[in-house]
Amino acid sequence: MADIAVKSGEEARDVARPGLLQKTFLKNLPAKIAALPMMATVLVVFVGCTIWTIYYSFTNSKLLPTGKFVGFDQYERLFTTNRWNISVTNLITYGAMSLVLTLGLGFLLAVLMDQKIRFESAFRTIMLYPFALSFIVTGLVWQWIMNPTLGLQGAMRNLGWESFTFDWISNPRMVLFALLIAGLWQGVGFCMILMLAGLRGVDEEIWKAARVDGIPTWRTYLSIVLPMMRGVLVTAVVLIGSGIVRLYDLVVALTNGGPGISSEVPAKYVVNYMFSGGNIGQALAAATMMLLTVMIIMIPWAYLEFGGKGKRA
Amino acid sequence: MSTTATMTGSAPVAPGQAVEPRGPRPKPFFTPKKIMIYSTLIFFSLYFLFPLYVMVSTSFKTMPEIRFGSIFALPNQINFDAWTRAWTSACTGLTCNGLAPGFWNSVRITIPSTIVSIFIAAINGYALVNWRFKGSEIFFAILIFGSFIPYQVMLYPLVMITRELGIFGKLEAVILIHTIFGMPILTLLFRNYFASLPQELFKAARVDGAGFWRIFFEIMLPMSLPIFVVALILQITGIWNDFLFGAVFAGTHNQPMTVQLNNIVNSAQGTPEYNVNMAATVLTGLVPLIVYFVSGKLFVRGVAAGAVKG
Repeated sequence: MADIAVKSGEEARDVARPGLLQKTFLKNLPAKIAALPMMATVLVVFVGCTIWTIYYSFTNSKLLPTGKFVGFDQYERLFTTNRWNISVTNLITYGAMSLVLTLGLGFLLAVLMDQKIRFESAFRTIMLYPFALSFIVTGLVWQWIMNPTLGLQGAMRNLGWESFTFDWISNPRMVLFALLIAGLWQGVGFCMILMLAGLRGVDEEIWKAARVDGIPTWRTYLSIVLPMMRGVLVTAVVLIGSGIVRLYDLVVALTNGGPGISSEVPAKYVVNYMFSGGNIGQALAAATMMLLTVMIIMIPWAYLEFGGKGKRA
Repeated sequence: MSTTATMTGSAPVAPGQAVEPRGPRPKPFFTPKKIMIYSTLIFFSLYFLFPLYVMVSTSFKTMPEIRFGSIFALPNQINFDAWTRAWTSACTGLTCNGLAPGFWNSVRITIPSTIVSIFIAAINGYALVNWRFKGSEIFFAILIFGSFIPYQVMLYPLVMITRELGIFGKLEAVILIHTIFGMPILTLLFRNYFASLPQELFKAARVDGAGFWRIFFEIMLPMSLPIFVVALILQITGIWNDFLFGAVFAGTHNQPMTVQLNNIVNSAQGTPEYNVNMAATVLTGLVPLIVYFVSGKLFVRGVAAGAVKG
């Protein structure tokens, strides 16, 4: 099929008609050349590297990726490794809390910001600025605030509140909450912005109709406005979700996996085994599991977004 | 609501009669609802602002002041000592030259990778909208899908590729990696933008005999300033804030600022100098913060545009 630009191709097609196969290839040649970096990236990086990783996750590669094929051995070892299992549990725990709270707080703040308040832009600026900062900066600031002796805990004790305890960062049971505080600080503003855009996109008439019918405001939000914001919500969930799976920098900066291995996460497991653990097979198997997780998040989304409605997004 | 009604549409007041206030009192500013709204917003604002305050105030303190004082307290006097040390002499792993080398490395990484990735993405978007060829949509779909693949999946093969190319451990490797991973979102941005421009412009230029590049440089580029700015903001902040690629690909002598910062603070040796650490943190956050404050609403647009689907 001569599939040149659908809207603009008429003239080009006329020119091309007298030619043969050669002409089909040459047609749009500058466009094809211009798109070479993209094609190379897609084929080499996104497809090629991914296949490479999946393939070598089935080998017993140690320091170099030259091992022989060992089937699911790496995966079996992976799931009997304490550190990996803790990483996965941490990610699920942190991920669930982070997703719910980011969406919840983001929505709450967006609703409050939508009440025709004064100083809206000042509030917006304050809430979003952490999003501009890197996870490393975020992690290091909160590491300092949560420093058990000199941080918030020390300050409160100095003020005379001797029993005040805020040692989450050094407490294996609470360290994920420490991570959560920093993660929310960085990401809630972004979610708020998305939700606010969603709220502003809801027709004013809907509100009037709800008011006429005497529906309480909270009820309108939950039963009418939220379902209407489905698109924004789905986008937010996908973005926050894939961000959670990638969680790495924040952990490195805030706790470096500690205390002990109580705040390890899969992304960190992969990097550690890849570059300092010298066990590439393990790292690649772990990476493949991460890929699988993202696919599980992505496929329903892609289906909702692109399925049924035709391919052109 | 009802106050405005009484003000505009009430019975005329008889002349000479003292004007008595009528109708319900105007709503006071402090209704329970407003108090709720503002106190919640202020509470969260404190949560968002507190770290900034702590960062900046700690960086101006001396170490004794930090040890015996409170994290809430303002510095006794503004002391730039920690800032100078963070910039020139803090130890970042093997060397003790401060953050300055990392800053310049970050600059050398950010500028070319921002320019190259935006340029490639602009051409991609243009080709995808106006010069579709067989398979172009499929490439685009994989590209967008690929942007969700965790970086760890592609990390090791990319190390091997950059090693083969002879750039592993050099800034070029980091630039290449940022260009690659910036491509999906930026291509999406430009594609959507070019699709929103009137097709007639393109057709007219075609009829006049202009080719691929001419239309791009003379018609499309001049019209795409707004989206360029958005892309610029996204890339500068994104690349500046990167840690993983810098840590893996830059090699020990070319570390970008974020990697150096993490080394300064999380190095095990010596007694931690919290004021230097915080000064270093502020310094590293300065560039994205400046971009954020200068670009204002455009930053929000950039964030939202990047969120559309990628």
